[in-house]
Amino acid sequence: MRLIVEHVSHGYGSLEVLDDISLTVEEGEILAVIGPSGCGKSTLLGILGGLLEASRGRILTDGAVPSGSLNPITYIFQDFALLPWHSVAANVGFALEHHRLDAYERKGRVDEVLAMTGLLDFATALPKQLSGGMRQRVGIARALAVKPAILLLDEPLSALDAQTRELLIEEFLALWLAHRTTAVYVTHNLDEALRLADRICVLSRRPGRIREIVAVDAARSERGMAALAPLRERLWRLIQEEARAADREHV
Amino acid sequence: MSEPLRFRGGGFVIGPKPISSCLGGLAVIAIWQAVSSAGWVSPIFLPSPAGIARALGEMALSGQLWRHLGASLQRILLGFALGSAAGLALGLALGLLSHARAAGLPIVSALFPIPKIALLPLFILWFGIGEPSKVATIALGVFFPMAIATYSGVDQVPRTLIRMAQSFDVPTHAIVAKVILPGALPGILAGVRISASIALILVVAAEMIGAEFGIGAFILTAGNLMRTEDLLAGVCLLSILGLAVGFLVSLAERRLLSWR
Ligand SMILES: Nc1ncnc2c1ncn2[C@@H]1O[C@H](COP(=O)(O)OP(=O)(O)O)[C@@H](O)[C@H]1O
Ligand SMILES: [Mg+2]
Repeated sequence: MRLIVEHVSHGYGSLEVLDDISLTVEEGEILAVIGPSGCGKSTLLGILGGLLEASRGRILTDGAVPSGSLNPITYIFQDFALLPWHSVAANVGFALEHHRLDAYERKGRVDEVLAMTGLLDFATALPKQLSGGMRQRVGIARALAVKPAILLLDEPLSALDAQTRELLIEEFLALWLAHRTTAVYVTHNLDEALRLADRICVLSRRPGRIREIVAVDAARSERGMAALAPLRERLWRLIQEEARAADREHV
Repeated sequence: MSEPLRFRGGGFVIGPKPISSCLGGLAVIAIWQAVSSAGWVSPIFLPSPAGIARALGEMALSGQLWRHLGASLQRILLGFALGSAAGLALGLALGLLSHARAAGLPIVSALFPIPKIALLPLFILWFGIGEPSKVATIALGVFFPMAIATYSGVDQVPRTLIRMAQSFDVPTHAIVAKVILPGALPGILAGVRISASIALILVVAAEMIGAEFGIGAFILTAGNLMRTEDLLAGVCLLSILGLAVGFLVSLAERRLLSWR
């Protein structure tokens, strides 16, 4: 499925947060959205998934919902958003509870995604017993269980330490390569964007405007530091200005 | 020249001291008993612990204990059930609905601080001097703290959990049942703890007007007859009742909130 964003602007009361965003997320691509903190990335993602109503503009989906997809547009959250009173398996099953699936089929799907994310041994654990990395694996498993057509990821690795982040990027990439689900990946980490994205959308400071959408042409397997250095340099200059200016604003 | 490093990190750590916690209570009772046995104070003014224990034993044997305890418990349970169910419903409405919150919160805030026992005469006028006025006083006393505890419990459910459920198309009623209620449970149980002690205060006060049975009535009669051993035996019962309620709530918290 493609996602088409047409002239979306958003404000909270008098605070303008997004200014005239237009872009298309193409079928099977990862579009990274990068920009200084507070520029409206989470707001944009909320609008893309129908959790927030844009002040102006509209969102269109294009293309058929793949068969078996229970929740075409699905989130992975920065703070994992796990129900703390549910076990790992129950958290994954929660996403399936309100869909027409018999118990057998539901259990099958839960087991399948737990296996895919390496969580089978943790099925009965409570979130509080897990590390941050394991918790986000549960978040990923829960999203995969509904077989999404579009994944919306809001800084999914920001709450993790650098080493765990590295592990999860690899795992996420491996899972993504197997499905090639259309994805919007919000981050403020340039390296994450460079590793994962087909294109990187750079937003200005608040109110967020599109500064530039940059294609990352190198294949994902050939994205060593050296190969991407010039692109990284160029993106960093774009972001640096905005981040510096945002940093000096009063909140 | 080398010197051992000076340690400066001690203190400010509270650890469990089981022996001290037993000794504290025992010491108080022992001193009390010693003062009474020495005959320094008249037993009318300060009965001895042994005397109080004897009075309790006699109450239990004569069946008085169960009759008074039963009457009080019945009023507490009924009043608590009615008040907390209504408080839970109002608290959910205050927590979930903007209009209910805007309209209801000022009213609740204004009525909450009224000591509900002040309304007992009015309730006696409305419902008569029998059970309903006593139960209504307890119910009203429980109602407001339960409403406020539920409301703040609902408010404390992380928004991101609600958004998560919405993002998986979970219907509204299921979000309330499966996300908001369990998430508000810590707040609700805190409310139960407070309301239970309020119910205990109110039942004693209410039983001091026009009740034949009940711990409050028993204490009042004992006081009027200067039977201070009986009076303090009744007070002991209240203490035990309060401890039992606290224990039950802690048990519920351990079982229902083990995920925290
Ligand atoms: N519900 C809200 N009400 C009012 N202001 C909000 C709300 N959500 C976000 N904001 C403000 O909007 C701006 C953009 O927020 P957000 O989209 O979360 O930014 P980002 O995810 O890029 O850090 C921030 O200044 C934030 O304080
Ligand atoms: Mg954000």
